[in-house]
Amino acid sequence: MANVGIVIVSHSEKVAEGAADMVRQMVGDAVPLAFTGGNSDGGLGTDVGRIMEAIDRAWSEAGVAVLVDLGGAETNTEMAIEMIDEARQKRIAICNAPIVEGAVIAATEASGGSPLDIVKQTAEELSPQ
Amino acid sequence: MDSALKKALIEDCATMIIAHADELTSLDQAIGDGDHGVNMKRGFESILADADALAARSLPDMLKAIGTQLVMKVGGASGPLYGTLFLTLAKEISDQPTSENLKAAFAAAFEAVKARGKSDVGQKTMLDVFAPVLAAWDNRSNLASHLSETARLAAEATVPMKAIRGRASFLGDRSVGHMDPGARSSSLLIATIAKHFGA
Repeated sequence: MANVGIVIVSHSEKVAEGAADMVRQMVGDAVPLAFTGGNSDGGLGTDVGRIMEAIDRAWSEAGVAVLVDLGGAETNTEMAIEMIDEARQKRIAICNAPIVEGAVIAATEASGGSPLDIVKQTAEELSPQ
Repeated sequence: MDSALKKALIEDCATMIIAHADELTSLDQAIGDGDHGVNMKRGFESILADADALAARSLPDMLKAIGTQLVMKVGGASGPLYGTLFLTLAKEISDQPTSENLKAAFAAAFEAVKARGKSDVGQKTMLDVFAPVLAAWDNRSNLASHLSETARLAAEATVPMKAIRGRASFLGDRSVGHMDPGARSSSLLIATIAKHFGA
């Protein structure tokens, strides 16, 4: 079984790319990984189409865990998930976790072959309950 | 619905948002990330460019296409929120809507936006315009102007509110004293649409 993929969605492409670099440093190529940041004009923001593409790039049969930063990133990711194939929707989880720490710890969990719900749960242990 | 009316609605809504983009941006700069005007302008410019093709569709199809374009172009949090509004209207509305059908569709859209934003009335958002408009929707003869005025006053009533949702909530008490940009853009759109129905 393939490892769970990780997607990073930030308002800033630099933040998204930097967080992805930190994930790669930790897990190498052991998990499918994609990031996206910025709106369609190249400014700060998030873009539903790009989020859909990032999920597609990081797709794994084991599912994909998505890390987001502020409000609009989460709302746009939820919208993107609803516009993706219904068969895939149940295997995409948004993690309620800080984006950088969450991405690194989720990827580390995923690299050991854990299923999506465990990857999500591990990332969410970082958030205050 | 007549395609000339549909085209006029699209053009007037787009022109209204584009003309107020700077105002929406400065409202959002006060309590948010300052992108509401430019984001809405990008979305409505794309709709305006497509006005003829959109107006040629049935009303539900037109609203669905507008919702999809807003989702794909606007970004920010307002893209999925306004996108959800129009996509839900598209599902609930008939091609020749009565006032009752419009109100029911708007009520469904209100619930969908509420769910999408995980928000509720009283939190200094566009919902604080939609809820009073729904509540004021009755059978009076001057309904369009009544709803338009209700929306305008409701947007102004967000000034003393404290933001609970969205980027503005980070400011806490400092969000008090500014009009919510999403409430303002909502009231502008409602007033523009109402004008075509006699307001």
